[in-house]
Amino acid sequence: MTTPDREAAGHPGRPGGAPGHPVATALDVSKSFGATRALIDVGISVAPGEAHALVGRNGAGKSTLVSLLTGLARPDRGRILFDGQAAPPLSDRAGWQSRAACVYQKSTIIPGLSVAENLFLNRQSEGLRPISWKALRTRAADLLAEYDIDVDPAASAATLAVDQRQVLEIARALSFGARFIILDEPTAQLDGANIAALFDRLRRLQESGVAFLFISHHLSEVYEVCQTVTVYRDARHILTAPVSGLDKDALIEAMTGEDRSARAEFAVDRYLAPASQPAPALQISSLSLPGTFQEVGVTVGVGEIVGLAGAGGSGAVAVGETVAGLRRPSGGTVEVAGRRVRTGSVPDALRAGLGFVPEDRHAQGVVPLRPIAENITLTATDRLGRHGFFTGESLRRAGSALMRRLDVKAEGPDQPVSALSGGNQQKVVMGRALAGSPRALVLIRPTAGVDVKSKESLLGTVRQAAADGCGALLVSDELDDLRIAHRVLVMFKGAVVAEFASGWGDAALIAAIEGLGGADRPDQERNDDE
Amino acid sequence: MSEVTTMSDAADLLPEAEPARAARSGTRWLREFSLIPAMGLLILIGFIESPDFLTGDNFLAMLQQSTELSVLVLAEALILIGGRMDLSLESTVTLAPVLALWLVLPTSGNRFNGLGFGAAWLAIPACLLVGAAVGAINGFLILKMNLNGFVVTLGMLTTLHGLVVVVDGGQSITTVPPSFSYLGHHDWLGLPASVWVCGLLFTLGIAALGWYRHGRALYAIGGNPGAARAAGIRVERTMWIVLIIGSVLAAFAGMLYTGRLGSASASQGTGKIFEVFAATVIGGVSMNGGRGSLFGALTGVLTLRLIGNVLTFGHVSAQDIEFFNGVVILVALVVSRYTSGTAQD
Repeated sequence: MTTPDREAAGHPGRPGGAPGHPVATALDVSKSFGATRALIDVGISVAPGEAHALVGRNGAGKSTLVSLLTGLARPDRGRILFDGQAAPPLSDRAGWQSRAACVYQKSTIIPGLSVAENLFLNRQSEGLRPISWKALRTRAADLLAEYDIDVDPAASAATLAVDQRQVLEIARALSFGARFIILDEPTAQLDGANIAALFDRLRRLQESGVAFLFISHHLSEVYEVCQTVTVYRDARHILTAPVSGLDKDALIEAMTGEDRSARAEFAVDRYLAPASQPAPALQISSLSLPGTFQEVGVTVGVGEIVGLAGAGGSGAVAVGETVAGLRRPSGGTVEVAGRRVRTGSVPDALRAGLGFVPEDRHAQGVVPLRPIAENITLTATDRLGRHGFFTGESLRRAGSALMRRLDVKAEGPDQPVSALSGGNQQKVVMGRALAGSPRALVLIRPTAGVDVKSKESLLGTVRQAAADGCGALLVSDELDDLRIAHRVLVMFKGAVVAEFASGWGDAALIAAIEGLGGADRPDQERNDDE
Repeated sequence: MSEVTTMSDAADLLPEAEPARAARSGTRWLREFSLIPAMGLLILIGFIESPDFLTGDNFLAMLQQSTELSVLVLAEALILIGGRMDLSLESTVTLAPVLALWLVLPTSGNRFNGLGFGAAWLAIPACLLVGAAVGAINGFLILKMNLNGFVVTLGMLTTLHGLVVVVDGGQSITTVPPSFSYLGHHDWLGLPASVWVCGLLFTLGIAALGWYRHGRALYAIGGNPGAARAAGIRVERTMWIVLIIGSVLAAFAGMLYTGRLGSASASQGTGKIFEVFAATVIGGVSMNGGRGSLFGALTGVLTLRLIGNVLTFGHVSAQDIEFFNGVVILVALVVSRYTSGTAQD
């Protein structure tokens, strides 16, 4: 998506901030939780106006560093400095809030309250004085105007979109006077257009001297917005370097500790339909869901991986969910390996041989407190024993086999899923989809929020499943995911607008996803209506 | 916005949908009054039923009968908005006055003999202190020991009810000091004193939740405790205080009951908690916390009271009234689900 040297010329001056003093520094900090050493003598230093990336696989110690830098935990050893001064005591919340703020992955906007109240939560008025709602709205409107945020301060926060909430959290952090903001996976829930808007905003804030610590699994984003990158691995500091001088392979090597040659290659072969010409693994014909997508038709051959790309609101995710039976379409048919599926019925889709990886791992993917074995076999309990009766032993055996196949790193099949890292949880979800030996797979953003290595493992599993004769519909707007597909269909505004054969160019695909490309496409007029 | 890239052009188009979103914030006030039409309809039914319905006396009686329930609903609404629940209020209603009376009643000469400790007026502070103690214990178990609030307060409901029976030996106490019965038997400016006090409590509550930082904190805690903590709100301490206030209010409701009926007994509050929750939820307070208003909860109480009154005027016999009351409350829950337009979660 980006070449490493794109940033080199990118950012003009970095004014603001005292020269010589980084806005935030961690000096040789260590932190342990019980027997687990979360950080071992690591350091980081963020200069004023800098966007500093912190990358590392799950478990590298990123979130521990965030809690040390925001005053939620105290380092066992080492020091935290802001502008060269020692950090305030942990009890001084206001002191920390004026120095460092974090925009977490999980929203801290309270939906029941208005935008204005969210911005000034717990400081709506001074001391014991009653709140003047009018004055509060004015203050909020001023703050929103200062940062160019187009949101009505009187609106209920529940009506805001994800991107608006996030921008609101950034504005709130800035309103405490903080000039150092930590962004924890800020793009995880945004689509392409919103990510671009967010980055644009970050660049403007940087020009005014605000520094960012940018935590992301998306290396392309690191190259796009950051000047410096720090890599942690297994609780240790590995590397800090200017982004412009570091190539992507070296960065991945620093993160994984393996050199490039050990990584799986994802050059996709041309799809070869089996000679025996069986019924396609998945056949979707003129599927429609009013207001979301219309007349979508996709055929996935046996052993084929078809990417379905689209930004949020394009309907791509909805197509995946409809095929899996989570949503009931108004018309159209779905066939799995020649068998017609009753649409809108998850059990029927499962019976027909469809495996499904849902979009939201936490909400639809796993039962967090139950053991891995139980989670991973959830779709296939009928195979464990007769008449729905099965023993713990058969469950553990089936679970262990799937865990090996998916390379789930865990203590054993009895460990609860909640104890696993994000990447391993996602492998459990993938294992659940594969547990019933499906004929077709529907995968929605199967690598969302997982580290580089888990991502490769998950995508490798999909390729293996396809090689074994399963057809896969891979719904994602993640280019790394789509690279394993034999061909990629692009949806925009509820319709399939483009098809790319393997070997597509990033720019052309992104343009199509954003509805900008393909002047010769039939729904050109609709794009113009935008 | 001078240096926008082509990709963010698409993003700039998104806020075009804004006006529709913003317009909804204006209707938030309407939700507070969503029960008013239902109350109007009930009044109309009552008016058709009987000429005695739409009279000052009947409405005064209804108001006075609503006072205890409304004080309990005030307590439960505060707790629910903060994202917790307290089932034990029902037992606090009887425990607090019974313990207070036990403390001050003379050691001999009555059907029920107390400890004869101190003057009769001490019954009032004693009663409220019992409430505070119950709230403090609930808070300790729920917030400090991290026990489940539903089970803890259900356990307290049973325990405290049992404690009342232990103290009064299963009989009702009919000797009530004048300090207790004052509020139930005196009028101020033509309205029962209990109604005034009740109105004052709601005014204080509405003001605190509407215009004071510490009151607003309750919405933040109920809506997202993590976010409230991040904003510097002392979540546990605030909720502990709210649980104590809730139980003190329940003790006060018990005082009103005892004063109005002239007796205290273990069976007095039985089944009240269902009405309390029904009124609170009908009044638009979310069981999941963070949403609802005290004014809405008050309209919930008045709606329930109107339903009961209309049933009485409709000659529903005393033995059938429990059944009808239950059915009508369930129907009211369904109706208010649609008039308020939000899920009662």
